[in-house]
Amino acid sequence: MKHLAAIGQYFLMVREVFKKPTKWRIMKTLILKEIDELVYGSLGIIIFIAFFIGGVVTIQTALNLTSPLIPKSLIGFAARQSVILEFAPTFTSVIMVGKVGSYITSSIGTMRVTEQIDALEVMGVNSLNYLVFPKIIAMLFYPFAVAIAMYVGVLGGWVAAVFGNYAPSGDFIEGLQLDFIPFHISYAFIKTYVFSFVIATVPAYHGFYMKGGALEVGKASTTAFVWTSVAIIILNYVLTQLLLGQ
Amino acid sequence: MIEVNELHKSFGDTHVLKGVSTCFDQGKTNLIIGQSGSGKTVFLKCLLGLFTPEEGTISYSGQIYADLTSREQRDLRQEMGMVFQGSALFDSMTVEENVMFPMEMFTKTAKSDMQDRANEVLQRVNLVDAHKKFPSEISGGMQKRVAIARAIVMNPKYLFCDEPNSGLDPKTAILIDNLIQEITEEFNITTVINTHDMNSVMEIGEKIVFLKQGHKEWEGTKREIFKTDNKAVTDFVYSSELFKKVRQMYIEERN
Repeated sequence: MKHLAAIGQYFLMVREVFKKPTKWRIMKTLILKEIDELVYGSLGIIIFIAFFIGGVVTIQTALNLTSPLIPKSLIGFAARQSVILEFAPTFTSVIMVGKVGSYITSSIGTMRVTEQIDALEVMGVNSLNYLVFPKIIAMLFYPFAVAIAMYVGVLGGWVAAVFGNYAPSGDFIEGLQLDFIPFHISYAFIKTYVFSFVIATVPAYHGFYMKGGALEVGKASTTAFVWTSVAIIILNYVLTQLLLGQ
Repeated sequence: MIEVNELHKSFGDTHVLKGVSTCFDQGKTNLIIGQSGSGKTVFLKCLLGLFTPEEGTISYSGQIYADLTSREQRDLRQEMGMVFQGSALFDSMTVEENVMFPMEMFTKTAKSDMQDRANEVLQRVNLVDAHKKFPSEISGGMQKRVAIARAIVMNPKYLFCDEPNSGLDPKTAILIDNLIQEITEEFNITTVINTHDMNSVMEIGEKIVFLKQGHKEWEGTKREIFKTDNKAVTDFVYSSELFKKVRQMYIEERN
Protein backbone atom coordinates (compact mmCIF):
# COMPACT_ATOMS: atom_id res chain seq x y z
CA MET A 1 0.00 0.00 0.00
CA LYS A 2 2.85 2.35 0.91
CA HIS A 3 4.54 1.64 -2.43
CA LEU A 4 1.30 2.25 -4.33
CA ALA A 5 0.89 5.59 -2.59
CA ALA A 6 4.50 6.46 -3.49
CA ILE A 7 3.89 5.57 -7.15
CA GLY A 8 0.78 7.77 -7.15
CA GLN A 9 2.69 10.61 -5.53
CA TYR A 10 5.45 10.20 -8.16
CA PHE A 11 2.97 10.66 -11.03
CA LEU A 12 1.38 13.67 -9.30
CA MET A 13 4.89 15.12 -8.97
CA VAL A 14 5.54 14.58 -12.69
CA ARG A 15 2.30 16.41 -13.52
CA GLU A 16 3.30 19.28 -11.24
CA VAL A 17 6.71 19.55 -12.96
CA PHE A 18 5.05 20.68 -16.18
CA LYS A 19 2.77 23.27 -14.53
CA LYS A 20 3.50 26.97 -13.93
CA PRO A 21 6.70 27.16 -16.01
CA THR A 22 9.66 29.23 -14.89
CA LYS A 23 10.67 32.18 -17.10
CA TRP A 24 12.51 30.97 -20.21
CA ARG A 25 15.44 33.35 -19.55
CA ILE A 26 16.13 31.58 -16.26
CA MET A 27 15.16 28.11 -17.46
CA LYS A 28 17.61 28.31 -20.39
CA THR A 29 20.51 28.89 -18.02
CA LEU A 30 19.37 26.08 -15.73
CA ILE A 31 19.06 23.62 -18.65
CA LEU A 32 22.55 24.44 -19.95
CA LYS A 33 23.96 24.02 -16.45
CA GLU A 34 22.25 20.64 -16.05
CA ILE A 35 23.42 19.42 -19.50
CA ASP A 36 26.95 20.23 -18.41
CA GLU A 37 26.51 18.58 -15.01
CA LEU A 38 24.43 15.52 -15.90
CA VAL A 39 25.45 14.59 -19.46
CA TYR A 40 28.74 16.25 -20.39
CA GLY A 41 30.16 15.56 -16.93
CA SER A 42 29.33 11.86 -17.31
CA LEU A 43 31.00 11.32 -20.68
CA GLY A 44 34.34 10.31 -19.18
CA ILE A 45 32.96 7.45 -17.09
CA ILE A 46 30.61 6.36 -19.92
CA ILE A 47 33.46 6.15 -22.44
CA PHE A 48 35.75 4.36 -19.98
CA ILE A 49 33.15 1.73 -19.07
CA ALA A 50 31.91 1.23 -22.64
CA PHE A 51 35.43 0.63 -23.95
CA PHE A 52 36.26 -2.07 -21.41
CA ILE A 53 32.81 -3.71 -21.48
CA GLY A 54 33.11 -3.98 -25.27
CA GLY A 55 36.53 -5.59 -24.80
CA VAL A 56 35.30 -8.05 -22.17
CA VAL A 57 32.25 -9.08 -24.24
CA THR A 58 34.55 -9.79 -27.19
CA ILE A 59 37.03 -11.84 -25.15
CA GLN A 60 34.28 -13.89 -23.50
CA THR A 61 32.54 -14.54 -26.84
CA ALA A 62 35.83 -15.55 -28.42
CA LEU A 63 36.70 -17.91 -25.55
CA ASN A 64 33.31 -19.64 -25.89
CA LEU A 65 33.53 -20.10 -29.67
CA THR A 66 36.01 -22.97 -29.70
CA SER A 67 34.61 -24.92 -32.67
CA PRO A 68 36.66 -24.38 -35.88
CA LEU A 69 33.36 -24.58 -37.81
CA ILE A 70 32.14 -21.30 -36.35
CA PRO A 71 33.49 -18.31 -38.25
CA LYS A 72 35.54 -15.71 -36.38
CA SER A 73 33.26 -13.01 -37.75
CA LEU A 74 30.69 -14.16 -35.20
CA ILE A 75 32.82 -12.51 -32.48
CA GLY A 76 32.27 -9.10 -34.09
CA PHE A 77 28.58 -9.89 -34.60
CA ALA A 78 28.11 -10.87 -30.93
CA ALA A 79 30.04 -7.82 -29.72
CA ARG A 80 27.93 -5.48 -31.87
CA GLN A 81 24.62 -7.02 -30.78
CA SER A 82 25.55 -7.07 -27.08
CA VAL A 83 26.87 -3.53 -27.04
CA ILE A 84 24.10 -1.91 -29.12
CA LEU A 85 21.14 -3.80 -27.71
CA GLU A 86 22.03 -4.05 -24.05
CA PHE A 87 25.33 -2.77 -22.75
CA ALA A 88 25.27 0.76 -24.18
CA PRO A 89 21.65 1.62 -23.32
CA THR A 90 20.94 -0.44 -20.20
CA PHE A 91 24.29 -1.02 -18.49
CA THR A 92 25.30 2.62 -19.04
CA SER A 93 21.93 3.74 -17.66
CA VAL A 94 22.45 1.76 -14.46
CA ILE A 95 25.87 3.42 -14.12
CA MET A 96 24.19 6.79 -14.72
CA VAL A 97 21.68 6.04 -11.96
CA GLY A 98 24.62 5.71 -9.59
CA LYS A 99 26.36 8.86 -10.75
CA VAL A 100 23.63 11.25 -11.89
CA GLY A 101 20.76 9.82 -9.81
CA SER A 102 22.69 10.15 -6.55
CA TYR A 103 23.64 13.71 -7.47
CA ILE A 104 20.01 14.61 -8.21
CA THR A 105 18.68 13.08 -4.97
CA SER A 106 21.37 14.56 -2.76
CA SER A 107 21.24 18.04 -4.31
CA ILE A 108 17.43 18.29 -4.10
CA GLY A 109 17.39 16.53 -0.70
CA THR A 110 19.92 19.01 0.69
CA MET A 111 17.78 21.86 -0.59
CA ARG A 112 14.81 20.30 1.23
CA VAL A 113 16.76 19.91 4.50
CA THR A 114 18.11 23.45 4.39
CA GLU A 115 14.63 24.89 3.60
CA GLN A 116 15.74 26.18 0.19
CA ILE A 117 12.71 24.46 -1.38
CA ASP A 118 10.43 26.14 1.17
CA ALA A 119 12.09 29.45 0.25
CA LEU A 120 11.21 28.87 -3.41
CA GLU A 121 7.62 27.95 -2.53
CA VAL A 122 7.18 31.02 -0.31
CA MET A 123 8.35 33.23 -3.18
CA GLY A 124 5.60 31.71 -5.34
CA VAL A 125 8.00 29.68 -7.51
CA ASN A 126 6.86 26.23 -8.72
CA SER A 127 9.82 24.48 -7.09
CA LEU A 128 9.24 21.21 -8.98
CA ASN A 129 9.32 22.99 -12.32
CA TYR A 130 12.37 25.01 -11.29
CA LEU A 131 14.32 22.02 -9.99
CA VAL A 132 13.20 18.99 -12.00
CA PHE A 133 12.18 20.28 -15.45
CA PRO A 134 15.73 21.38 -16.42
CA LYS A 135 17.00 17.93 -15.44
CA ILE A 136 14.40 16.20 -17.65
CA ILE A 137 15.33 18.39 -20.61
CA ALA A 138 19.07 17.96 -19.98
CA MET A 139 18.64 14.19 -19.90
CA LEU A 140 17.13 14.33 -23.41
CA PHE A 141 20.75 14.75 -24.49
CA TYR A 142 21.74 11.54 -22.74
CA PRO A 143 21.09 9.38 -25.87
CA PHE A 144 24.03 11.22 -27.50
CA ALA A 145 26.21 9.84 -24.70
CA VAL A 146 24.76 6.38 -25.35
CA ALA A 147 25.57 6.73 -29.06
CA ILE A 148 29.16 7.47 -28.07
CA ALA A 149 29.07 4.45 -25.73
CA MET A 150 27.92 2.25 -28.64
CA TYR A 151 30.79 3.41 -30.84
CA VAL A 152 33.40 3.17 -28.09
CA GLY A 153 32.08 -0.24 -26.95
CA VAL A 154 32.46 -1.66 -30.45
CA LEU A 155 35.89 -0.04 -30.70
CA GLY A 156 36.87 -1.68 -27.39
CA GLY A 157 35.72 -5.01 -28.81
CA TRP A 158 37.81 -4.51 -31.96
CA VAL A 159 40.91 -3.59 -29.91
CA ALA A 160 40.44 -6.68 -27.68
CA ALA A 161 39.85 -8.97 -30.68
CA VAL A 162 42.74 -7.74 -32.81
CA PHE A 163 45.38 -7.06 -30.16
CA GLY A 164 44.39 -10.14 -28.11
CA ASN A 165 44.64 -12.32 -31.23
CA TYR A 166 41.08 -13.59 -30.86
CA ALA A 167 40.01 -12.57 -34.39
CA PRO A 168 41.62 -10.80 -37.35
CA SER A 169 40.49 -7.24 -37.98
CA GLY A 170 38.80 -8.13 -41.29
CA ASP A 171 36.72 -10.93 -39.71
CA PHE A 172 35.67 -8.74 -36.80
CA ILE A 173 34.56 -5.91 -39.08
CA GLU A 174 32.75 -8.40 -41.32
CA GLY A 175 30.88 -9.60 -38.20
CA LEU A 176 29.97 -6.04 -37.31
CA GLN A 177 28.25 -5.64 -40.68
CA LEU A 178 26.58 -9.07 -40.63
CA ASP A 179 22.74 -9.12 -40.60
CA PHE A 180 22.55 -5.54 -39.42
CA ILE A 181 18.98 -4.51 -38.54
CA PRO A 182 18.66 -0.69 -38.33
CA PHE A 183 15.61 -0.98 -36.05
CA HIS A 184 17.92 -2.28 -33.31
CA ILE A 185 19.45 1.20 -33.13
CA SER A 186 15.97 2.74 -32.90
CA TYR A 187 15.07 0.21 -30.20
CA ALA A 188 18.20 1.16 -28.22
CA PHE A 189 17.41 4.87 -28.47
CA ILE A 190 13.74 4.45 -27.58
CA LYS A 191 14.86 2.59 -24.44
CA THR A 192 17.43 5.28 -23.70
CA TYR A 193 14.86 8.07 -23.89
CA VAL A 194 12.58 6.23 -21.46
CA PHE A 195 15.51 5.55 -19.12
CA SER A 196 16.63 9.18 -19.29
CA PHE A 197 13.21 10.31 -18.06
CA VAL A 198 13.33 7.75 -15.24
CA ILE A 199 16.89 8.79 -14.27
CA ALA A 200 15.82 12.45 -14.07
CA THR A 201 12.54 11.99 -12.21
CA VAL A 202 12.75 9.02 -9.80
CA PRO A 203 15.82 10.34 -7.91
CA ALA A 204 14.24 13.82 -7.96
CA TYR A 205 11.12 12.34 -6.34
CA HIS A 206 13.20 10.76 -3.56
CA GLY A 207 15.07 14.00 -2.94
CA PHE A 208 12.04 16.28 -3.10
CA TYR A 209 9.84 14.33 -0.69
CA MET A 210 12.53 13.28 1.76
CA LYS A 211 12.11 14.08 5.44
CA GLY A 212 14.74 14.49 8.12
CA GLY A 213 18.31 15.71 8.15
CA ALA A 214 21.70 15.11 6.58
CA LEU A 215 21.68 11.38 7.39
CA GLU A 216 18.36 10.95 5.59
CA VAL A 217 19.81 12.63 2.48
CA GLY A 218 22.30 9.76 2.26
CA LYS A 219 19.56 7.20 2.86
CA ALA A 220 17.35 8.84 0.22
CA SER A 221 20.22 8.63 -2.31
CA THR A 222 20.59 4.90 -1.64
CA THR A 223 16.83 4.30 -1.87
CA ALA A 224 16.68 6.34 -5.08
CA PHE A 225 19.50 4.24 -6.58
CA VAL A 226 17.68 1.01 -5.73
CA TRP A 227 14.26 2.09 -7.04
CA THR A 228 15.58 3.78 -10.17
CA SER A 229 17.58 0.64 -11.02
CA VAL A 230 14.51 -1.52 -10.40
CA ALA A 231 12.40 0.74 -12.64
CA ILE A 232 15.03 0.58 -15.40
CA ILE A 233 15.32 -3.21 -15.25
CA ILE A 234 11.53 -3.68 -15.37
CA LEU A 235 11.08 -1.11 -18.16
CA ASN A 236 13.94 -2.77 -20.08
CA TYR A 237 12.03 -6.06 -20.00
CA VAL A 238 8.70 -4.47 -20.95
CA LEU A 239 10.15 -2.38 -23.79
CA THR A 240 12.11 -5.33 -25.17
CA GLN A 241 8.98 -7.45 -25.20
CA LEU A 242 6.96 -4.65 -26.81
CA LEU A 243 9.52 -3.62 -29.42
CA LEU A 244 11.35 -6.85 -30.27
CA GLY A 245 9.04 -9.60 -28.99
CA GLN A 246 6.91 -11.82 -31.21
CA MET B 1 -2.80 43.39 8.53
CA ILE B 2 -3.13 39.62 8.95
CA GLU B 3 -6.18 38.18 10.71
CA VAL B 4 -6.23 34.57 11.82
CA ASN B 5 -9.52 33.01 12.84
CA GLU B 6 -9.97 29.64 14.61
CA LEU B 7 -7.04 27.91 12.91
CA HIS B 8 -6.85 24.12 13.21
CA LYS B 9 -4.09 21.94 11.80
CA SER B 10 -3.42 18.24 12.37
CA PHE B 11 -0.81 15.76 11.19
CA GLY B 12 -2.37 12.30 11.35
CA ASP B 13 -3.67 11.91 14.89
CA THR B 14 -1.64 14.82 16.23
CA HIS B 15 -3.74 17.95 16.56
CA VAL B 16 -1.07 20.67 16.42
CA LEU B 17 -3.10 23.89 16.18
CA LYS B 18 -6.34 23.91 18.15
CA GLY B 19 -8.30 26.97 17.13
CA VAL B 20 -5.77 29.81 17.16
CA SER B 21 -7.21 33.27 16.53
CA THR B 22 -5.21 36.48 16.49
CA CYS B 23 -4.42 39.53 14.44
CA PHE B 24 -1.07 41.02 13.36
CA ASP B 25 -0.97 44.76 12.77
CA GLN B 26 0.70 46.55 9.90
CA GLY B 27 3.91 48.41 10.66
CA LYS B 28 4.43 46.42 13.85
CA THR B 29 6.77 43.67 14.93
CA ASN B 30 4.57 40.77 15.99
CA LEU B 31 6.18 37.91 17.89
CA ILE B 32 5.01 34.32 18.29
CA ILE B 33 6.55 32.66 21.31
CA GLY B 34 6.12 29.33 23.03
CA GLN B 35 7.92 26.18 24.01
CA SER B 36 9.23 23.70 21.45
CA GLY B 37 6.30 21.66 20.15
CA SER B 38 3.76 24.39 20.92
CA GLY B 39 2.90 24.75 17.22
CA LYS B 40 4.80 27.97 16.40
CA THR B 41 6.47 26.71 13.23
CA VAL B 42 3.28 25.02 11.99
CA PHE B 43 1.42 28.27 12.66
CA LEU B 44 4.01 30.27 10.70
CA LYS B 45 3.95 27.77 7.83
CA CYS B 46 0.14 28.04 7.73
CA LEU B 47 0.50 31.83 7.48
CA LEU B 48 2.94 31.36 4.61
CA GLY B 49 0.62 28.98 2.78
CA LEU B 50 3.08 26.09 3.06
CA PHE B 51 0.54 24.12 5.15
CA THR B 52 -3.20 24.10 4.50
CA PRO B 53 -5.25 24.31 7.71
CA GLU B 54 -8.23 21.94 8.12
CA GLU B 55 -10.38 24.63 9.68
CA GLY B 56 -10.22 28.37 10.15
CA THR B 57 -9.26 31.28 7.94
CA ILE B 58 -6.26 33.51 7.39
CA SER B 59 -6.89 36.83 5.73
CA TYR B 60 -4.31 39.26 4.38
CA SER B 61 -5.58 42.85 4.24
CA GLY B 62 -9.13 41.48 4.15
CA GLN B 63 -8.52 38.78 1.50
CA ILE B 64 -9.15 35.26 2.80
CA TYR B 65 -6.23 33.14 1.54
CA ALA B 66 -8.28 29.95 1.02
CA ASP B 67 -10.82 31.81 -1.13
CA LEU B 68 -8.19 33.05 -3.59
CA THR B 69 -7.50 31.26 -6.88
CA SER B 70 -4.10 29.57 -7.16
CA ARG B 71 -2.87 32.46 -9.33
CA GLU B 72 -4.06 35.01 -6.75
CA GLN B 73 -2.40 32.97 -4.00
CA ARG B 74 0.85 32.98 -5.99
CA ASP B 75 0.57 36.75 -6.51
CA LEU B 76 -0.06 37.19 -2.79
CA ARG B 77 2.99 35.09 -1.97
CA GLN B 78 5.06 37.50 -4.00
CA GLU B 79 4.07 40.14 -1.44
CA MET B 80 5.58 38.01 1.33
CA GLY B 81 9.19 37.89 2.40
CA MET B 82 10.53 35.11 4.57
CA VAL B 83 13.69 34.79 6.64
CA PHE B 84 14.23 31.12 7.45
CA GLN B 85 15.87 29.77 10.58
CA GLY B 86 18.89 28.52 8.62
CA SER B 87 18.72 31.49 6.19
CA ALA B 88 17.89 29.08 3.29
CA LEU B 89 20.16 30.91 0.87
CA PHE B 90 20.71 29.16 -2.46
CA ASP B 91 24.21 27.84 -2.05
CA SER B 92 24.92 27.63 -5.78
CA MET B 93 24.44 31.40 -6.07
CA THR B 94 26.48 34.35 -4.86
CA VAL B 95 25.11 36.80 -2.28
CA GLU B 96 24.14 39.23 -5.04
CA GLU B 97 22.46 36.50 -7.12
CA ASN B 98 20.51 35.35 -4.05
CA VAL B 99 19.19 38.85 -3.48
CA MET B 100 18.42 39.35 -7.18
CA PHE B 101 16.65 35.99 -7.45
CA PRO B 102 13.06 37.12 -6.68
CA MET B 103 13.43 40.03 -9.11
CA GLU B 104 14.76 37.72 -11.82
CA MET B 105 11.84 35.37 -11.29
CA PHE B 106 9.00 37.86 -11.21
CA THR B 107 10.04 41.08 -12.91
CA LYS B 108 11.25 42.10 -16.33
CA THR B 109 13.74 44.57 -14.86
CA ALA B 110 17.04 45.03 -16.68
CA LYS B 111 19.99 43.27 -15.07
CA SER B 112 21.78 46.52 -14.25
CA ASP B 113 18.68 47.82 -12.45
CA MET B 114 18.40 44.55 -10.52
CA GLN B 115 22.02 44.88 -9.47
CA ASP B 116 21.40 48.46 -8.33
CA ARG B 117 18.40 47.35 -6.27
CA ALA B 118 20.39 44.42 -4.81
CA ASN B 119 23.18 46.83 -3.84
CA GLU B 120 20.64 49.15 -2.25
CA VAL B 121 19.09 46.47 -0.02
CA LEU B 122 22.47 44.95 0.83
CA GLN B 123 23.60 48.39 1.98
CA ARG B 124 20.34 48.71 3.93
CA VAL B 125 21.22 45.57 5.89
CA ASN B 126 24.76 46.91 6.38
CA LEU B 127 26.37 44.31 4.17
CA VAL B 128 29.08 45.54 1.86
CA ASP B 129 31.93 43.77 0.05
CA ALA B 130 30.18 40.40 0.14
CA HIS B 131 28.32 40.60 -3.20
CA LYS B 132 30.42 38.07 -5.04
CA LYS B 133 30.84 35.66 -2.15
CA PHE B 134 28.93 32.40 -1.82
CA PRO B 135 26.80 31.74 1.31
CA SER B 136 29.33 29.17 2.55
CA GLU B 137 32.03 31.88 2.54
CA ILE B 138 30.25 34.28 4.93
CA SER B 139 29.35 34.11 8.64
CA GLY B 140 25.95 33.09 10.08
CA GLY B 141 25.12 36.71 10.94
CA MET B 142 25.96 37.84 7.42
CA GLN B 143 23.85 35.00 5.99
CA LYS B 144 20.89 36.25 8.06
CA ARG B 145 21.41 39.75 6.67
CA VAL B 146 21.47 38.39 3.12
CA ALA B 147 18.26 36.47 3.89
CA ILE B 148 16.66 39.70 5.15
CA ALA B 149 17.88 41.55 2.07
CA ARG B 150 16.39 38.85 -0.18
CA ALA B 151 13.13 38.99 1.77
CA ILE B 152 12.73 42.77 1.39
CA VAL B 153 14.08 43.23 -2.13
CA MET B 154 10.58 43.06 -3.68
CA ASN B 155 9.14 45.54 -1.12
CA PRO B 156 6.92 42.95 0.59
CA LYS B 157 3.79 43.82 2.53
CA TYR B 158 4.38 40.93 4.93
CA LEU B 159 7.67 39.77 6.44
CA PHE B 160 7.94 36.44 8.26
CA CYS B 161 10.98 35.36 10.25
CA ASP B 162 11.50 31.92 11.74
CA GLU B 163 13.88 32.20 14.70
CA PRO B 164 16.05 34.87 13.07
CA ASN B 165 18.47 34.86 16.02
CA SER B 166 19.13 31.17 16.32
CA GLY B 167 22.82 30.30 16.21
CA LEU B 168 23.94 33.92 16.53
CA ASP B 169 26.00 35.53 19.29
CA PRO B 170 24.03 37.96 21.54
CA LYS B 171 25.48 41.08 19.94
CA THR B 172 24.70 39.98 16.39
CA ALA B 173 21.26 38.77 17.54
CA ILE B 174 20.44 42.28 18.82
CA LEU B 175 21.67 43.81 15.55
CA ILE B 176 19.42 41.49 13.56
CA ASP B 177 16.45 42.25 15.85
CA ASN B 178 16.95 45.99 15.52
CA LEU B 179 17.38 45.69 11.77
CA ILE B 180 14.08 43.82 11.43
CA GLN B 181 12.29 46.39 13.58
CA GLU B 182 13.76 49.31 11.63
CA ILE B 183 12.77 47.75 8.32
CA THR B 184 9.26 47.03 9.61
CA GLU B 185 8.74 50.68 10.58
CA GLU B 186 10.52 52.12 7.55
CA PHE B 187 8.53 50.14 4.96
CA ASN B 188 5.32 49.81 7.05
CA ILE B 189 5.44 46.00 6.78
CA THR B 190 3.40 43.49 8.80
CA THR B 191 6.18 41.49 10.42
CA VAL B 192 5.64 38.16 12.18
CA ILE B 193 8.58 36.61 14.02
CA ASN B 194 8.73 33.16 15.49
CA THR B 195 11.21 33.20 18.35
CA HIS B 196 12.53 31.56 21.49
CA ASP B 197 14.76 34.48 22.27
CA MET B 198 13.58 36.43 25.33
CA ASN B 199 15.88 39.32 24.48
CA SER B 200 13.87 39.73 21.28
CA VAL B 201 10.64 39.65 23.29
CA MET B 202 11.87 42.47 25.53
CA GLU B 203 13.45 44.49 22.72
CA ILE B 204 11.11 44.39 19.75
CA GLY B 205 7.88 42.67 20.85
CA GLU B 206 5.23 45.21 19.90
CA LYS B 207 2.70 42.41 19.95
CA ILE B 208 3.39 39.01 21.47
CA VAL B 209 1.33 35.86 20.98
CA PHE B 210 2.12 33.02 23.36
CA LEU B 211 1.21 29.56 22.10
CA LYS B 212 0.89 26.57 24.41
CA GLN B 213 0.10 23.09 23.13
CA GLY B 214 -1.57 24.46 20.01
CA HIS B 215 -3.71 27.04 21.85
CA LYS B 216 -3.25 30.78 22.08
CA GLU B 217 -2.54 31.05 25.80
CA TRP B 218 -1.90 34.78 25.97
CA GLU B 219 -1.33 37.86 23.85
CA GLY B 220 -0.17 41.36 24.63
CA THR B 221 2.70 43.81 24.34
CA LYS B 222 6.22 43.69 25.80
CA ARG B 223 5.04 46.00 28.59
CA GLU B 224 2.07 43.81 29.40
CA ILE B 225 4.23 40.72 29.58
CA PHE B 226 5.91 42.19 32.71
CA LYS B 227 2.56 42.57 34.41
CA THR B 228 0.81 39.39 33.39
CA ASP B 229 -0.18 36.86 36.01
CA ASN B 230 -0.58 34.07 33.49
CA LYS B 231 1.52 31.31 35.02
CA ALA B 232 2.31 29.59 31.71
CA VAL B 233 3.67 32.87 30.30
CA THR B 234 5.68 33.80 33.37
CA ASP B 235 7.10 30.27 33.68
CA PHE B 236 8.22 30.42 30.06
CA VAL B 237 9.42 34.02 29.79
CA TYR B 238 10.99 34.25 33.25
CA SER B 239 12.57 30.82 33.34
CA SER B 240 16.06 32.33 33.72
CA GLU B 241 17.21 34.01 36.97
CA LEU B 242 18.22 37.11 35.07
CA PHE B 243 14.75 37.71 33.64
CA LYS B 244 13.15 36.94 37.01
CA LYS B 245 15.28 39.76 38.50
CA VAL B 246 14.46 42.11 35.63
CA ARG B 247 10.76 41.51 36.19
CA GLN B 248 11.11 42.00 39.95
CA MET B 249 12.89 45.31 39.40
CA TYR B 250 10.21 46.41 36.93
CA ILE B 251 7.41 45.61 39.39
CA GLU B 252 9.26 47.33 42.29
CA GLU B 253 9.85 50.39 40.10
CA ARG B 254 6.14 50.60 39.26
CA ASN B 255 5.18 50.26 42.90
